[in-house]
Amino acid sequence: MNIKIAGGRVIDPSQKIDQVTDLYIANGAILALGEQPEGFITDEVFDASGQVVCPGLIDLSAHLREPGDTQKGTIASETAAAVAGGITTLVTPPTTQPIVDTTAVAEMILDRAADSGFARVLPLGALTKGLEGEQLAPMHALASAGCIGFTNARKPINSSLVLLRALEYAATHDLLVIFQAEDRTLVANGCIHEGTTATRLGLTGIPNAAETIEVSRCLLLVEETGVRAHFGQLSCAQSIQLIDNARKRGLRVTADVSIHHLLLTDEQIDGFDSRFHVNPPLRSQLDRAGLRQGIVTDTIEAICSDHQPQDAMSKQAPFAATEPGISGLETLLPLSLLLVEQQLLALPQLIEKLTLAPARVLGIEAGSLAIGSAADVCVFNPEQEWVLTSENIRSKGHNTPFLNYPLKGRVNLTLIDDQPVYRPA
Amino acid sequence: MFEVTNPNSIQLTQDGKLKHFLTTEGLPLELLTELLDTADSFADMSAQQVKKVPLLRGKTVVNLFFENSTRTLSTFELAATRLSADVLNLNINTSSTKKGETLRDTLMTLEAMHSDMFIVRHSDSGAAHYIASKVTPEVAIINAGDGRHAHPTQAMLDMLTIRRHKGDFTKLKVAIVGDILHSRVARSQIHALKTLGVPEIHVVAPRTLMPRNIEMLGVRVHYDMAEALRDVDVVMMLRLQKERMNSALLPSESEFYKLYGLSEEKLAYAHPEAIVMHPGPINRGVEIASSVADGPRSVILDQVTNGIAVRMAVMSMAMSGQQSERAAQEQGENNEY
Repeated sequence: MNIKIAGGRVIDPSQKIDQVTDLYIANGAILALGEQPEGFITDEVFDASGQVVCPGLIDLSAHLREPGDTQKGTIASETAAAVAGGITTLVTPPTTQPIVDTTAVAEMILDRAADSGFARVLPLGALTKGLEGEQLAPMHALASAGCIGFTNARKPINSSLVLLRALEYAATHDLLVIFQAEDRTLVANGCIHEGTTATRLGLTGIPNAAETIEVSRCLLLVEETGVRAHFGQLSCAQSIQLIDNARKRGLRVTADVSIHHLLLTDEQIDGFDSRFHVNPPLRSQLDRAGLRQGIVTDTIEAICSDHQPQDAMSKQAPFAATEPGISGLETLLPLSLLLVEQQLLALPQLIEKLTLAPARVLGIEAGSLAIGSAADVCVFNPEQEWVLTSENIRSKGHNTPFLNYPLKGRVNLTLIDDQPVYRPA
Repeated sequence: MFEVTNPNSIQLTQDGKLKHFLTTEGLPLELLTELLDTADSFADMSAQQVKKVPLLRGKTVVNLFFENSTRTLSTFELAATRLSADVLNLNINTSSTKKGETLRDTLMTLEAMHSDMFIVRHSDSGAAHYIASKVTPEVAIINAGDGRHAHPTQAMLDMLTIRRHKGDFTKLKVAIVGDILHSRVARSQIHALKTLGVPEIHVVAPRTLMPRNIEMLGVRVHYDMAEALRDVDVVMMLRLQKERMNSALLPSESEFYKLYGLSEEKLAYAHPEAIVMHPGPINRGVEIASSVADGPRSVILDQVTNGIAVRMAVMSMAMSGQQSERAAQEQGENNEY
């Protein structure tokens, strides 16, 4: 199909483009920018005047819950939510039931995504069998089956020897390893940042050291092995300093942070509001400031949704007994735009952190509107105000504090290849 | 980015009356004083021949204890009976809720039986808030202890005991001693003491039992008993759970007693007329010496007596708050037609 996206503000960080122009798409790829190519017969024109045209968003962490927890989310429901948020590619962790530690499960997810999904789904494989931290998962086979990287999620690898071996093995095949750093013994039965709010509410705190100790251990072993490594969903200011220092020593590591950690703090939990129960926990104002600094200085290259849909009952209990997580795919873009409104980032910088930067983390050809690239495109109106409600939300998880919250910035078209996978009703 | 409202305002009606009693935090001075005055009148009454008043006649009070407790349960039961309520005691072992029935289902079933008040004890911090805000907001919820968060009736009976012995709160120095970290009693005491105008509150414990940033609640932190107790008028001891010994928080009971146990020698640091309090049950020789617990400065048994009066006051105030709110709502609904 030949599509012309007319008159939008085209922002493509991969080519350092930010101009009002037309975008031409043919045969699933970007054909031209600006001048209409000769012989181009338009099948459809999309008027993007007053809107931003950018590469489709790439989300480095989104739980889809399938297979295993389909009452919380399915590949169909959650990828439908993703494209409504302008996300065309998402990375999904191996913590499904069964766990992604065999090629069969990886293939099943990819097949299901091809059949019923709306967005491109990149599964992560388990770093160790059953995420048990003891034996290596068949990483090479999993990578061949389509796993984009490997992680032990938030499950502990108690033995540093096992971790070292896993990283050595991944490095052998130049596989990407993603850390969601957490020292289980320090987390213990904590459910909130260890700070004033935890003390007042009498909830068991999770100290910053639960993250920073594991970040330190992982960094030292990355240095030892030279593995390609990424740190996902960091929450502490000190973690950012550790990453920054490692970079200065020449280490090739990347990092991302969830949008809610850039906006919220543990103070929101006052009154035991389980909507703010997330893991890693929302931390102090100082930590939030450190994370925000990190995205300005590019120590943190990417921003993700850390989408974790839950069913209603999972949030219906006293705080510590509720399940952590925020359903975030549909609010990633409008919430990220707040960082522009707060003058932390310029719009093109923000777009880079949502498109090109995560593509580079993953080492994939995506997140670009360069001629010949796949036509994964997001068109959004940054000024359009809207409200996410329990009626219009597409995710099965309604667990977000931003439900019925005034949002600004709405996606009006999402294309994958040349297929319009999302348009508002 | 979210509007900051006082999360504890859910325990008040629109015109500021008590309708649930979840925490002492955020309650205004007038309300705490009214509660103490009401409790005072009940305390005087309890000494008389006829101990019953009809304030809760025809009302059903359910004691819902998800955690074992003999004392608190029995004082609540006695308080409800003295107010002429019908009382149902349910000891719900947490394991039975693990069989599948959620806390929410249990509560909603009981609400359907037209209960008017739930006295709730639960091992999870925030359980009472959760019930009052999300499950059965039309039933008066009295928090009889939730996790490490709050034990507001215990704190108020302590306040009544202090007032009866010492009078003016605004001239007092108070020390709270022991396992502050795990103590819902300490948190509720601190909020109540602050609101009542106590100018100096000292807390003392080893660092392993001291919660992070506790000074943000307006207390002075000490690790040494001599410093903490110097010249105080009230010494409030906390219970130390035996299982803390197994979790690397303390090396031994004897070392804890040596450093933080209230012996005659340590009590000598306090003001000569200082009173000694303990919420019970007491671990003699762990937190406190027997001679101090049973000595002339101890007001531990007064606390128990005052507990009944305070619980009667809380129950009658919350019930009347619920009723006035419901009446106001019905009035509002009628006005719409």
